[in-house]
Amino acid sequence: MKPAAFSYHRARDVDGASELLSQLGGDAKLVAGGQSLVPMMNFRLARPRHLVDIARLDELSHITPDGAGLRIGALTTHHTVETAKARLGGGFAVLSDAMSWVGHVPIRSMGTVGGSLAHADATAEWCLLAVLLDATVTVRGPDRAERTIDAADLFLGFYTTTVEPDEILTEVIFPRPAPHAALTEFAQRHGDFATVAAAVDLDLDGGTVRGGRVALGGVAPVPVRVSAAEEVLRRGGPAGPELFAECATAAASAIDPPADADGSAEYRTNLARTLVTRACEEAAHR
Amino acid sequence: MTDQYLVTLTVNGEDHELLVTARRTLVDALRHDLHLTGTHVGCEHGVCGACTILVDGAPARACLMFAVQAEGRDLRTVESLGSPDSPNDLQRAFSEHHALQCGFCTPGFLMLAEGFLASRPRATKAEIREAVSANLCRCTGYQTIVEAVDDCASRRRCAPDTTEGEATPEPGQNDTPRPA
Repeated sequence: MKPAAFSYHRARDVDGASELLSQLGGDAKLVAGGQSLVPMMNFRLARPRHLVDIARLDELSHITPDGAGLRIGALTTHHTVETAKARLGGGFAVLSDAMSWVGHVPIRSMGTVGGSLAHADATAEWCLLAVLLDATVTVRGPDRAERTIDAADLFLGFYTTTVEPDEILTEVIFPRPAPHAALTEFAQRHGDFATVAAAVDLDLDGGTVRGGRVALGGVAPVPVRVSAAEEVLRRGGPAGPELFAECATAAASAIDPPADADGSAEYRTNLARTLVTRACEEAAHR
Repeated sequence: MTDQYLVTLTVNGEDHELLVTARRTLVDALRHDLHLTGTHVGCEHGVCGACTILVDGAPARACLMFAVQAEGRDLRTVESLGSPDSPNDLQRAFSEHHALQCGFCTPGFLMLAEGFLASRPRATKAEIREAVSANLCRCTGYQTIVEAVDDCASRRRCAPDTTEGEATPEPGQNDTPRPA
């Protein structure tokens, strides 16, 4: 279908975009890569009266190592992250590798990191990575007011975040390297939205697990950390099938996933168990 | 909200001025305003890939971009590749490998492959297979498309002086009707 009519505004910088959002009020939406918003507009699921185009704001397109962590500008494309693996180094290779799960080449070449986080799809790879790795996002509001939001506080529900309508998500910060992390998922066809996605970040000491984080997407309205599975990792043990199976079983027991056309709750639970095991194995082999 | 915007689109190296409403998608502007009907329209929500063109060298869905957003970008459509009399090497490979039957998806696959091979000239067959999974073809079963792209890639690698990277058509080779 064709989208409903709207007015178009092109921002020159973040302050300009922020001003436009304030002036235009609640019926304005930001557009960057447009890979989620434009399909919704073409389906008329979204009918913004105003679009504020921020795609040209070069100040938001960067990948910057920051001490032990990494800052990624909101307008950095998935493809840029995917091809920056050598530059990111082992500590953040998980980000590059996860990009192969994001749609397809043409989607990754246009879609942006910040757009994906702000769109907050329950199965989105960036949302899952942010929750897994304790990322924070920076948002800019009217009068240049800047604040940071922890990923744990960012997602409220389906497609809903704590970013206010007149705020702009400008950057995501991954605070520490995750050399033994992996993301994996299952979809009916490669490139589709995941039915279930799992991500694991292990604290490894040689061949021994000393702790770790486990996050799942597609099992709740927002990506979730699974503390029962993390408890298994915290008790620790040799990085191998026994521990990983226990971790995966704990994760599967802890969730209460929805049922829809892509799978029943039981099917999703089984997927979660399999995918957590796989993610543990991949993470341990890094 | 029905305001018209005057934009300049750079398509296949040529600048075009046009008046569009904000909601005019890039693919509709290419087809209806610039009469470059080589780019096809399928699903209009980014799934089928029939409208794939190159935006600043990278494959992108022309249905997921508004014409007003495309100003200042280097846009390339299938018309830039070759003509019926003189197809480029990728188009010849598609023909030789029977990588099309009805042809509806072909412009999208050609531009997807052009963009992909430009950035990944040494792509393996498995990587090509993954790349072409971006677009839908309901005739071929994809095998012949993978073979065509792979064959074109290896020929380009063997002849780096003439065909590596982007193939540039001669001016005037384009037989698609232009706006009056």
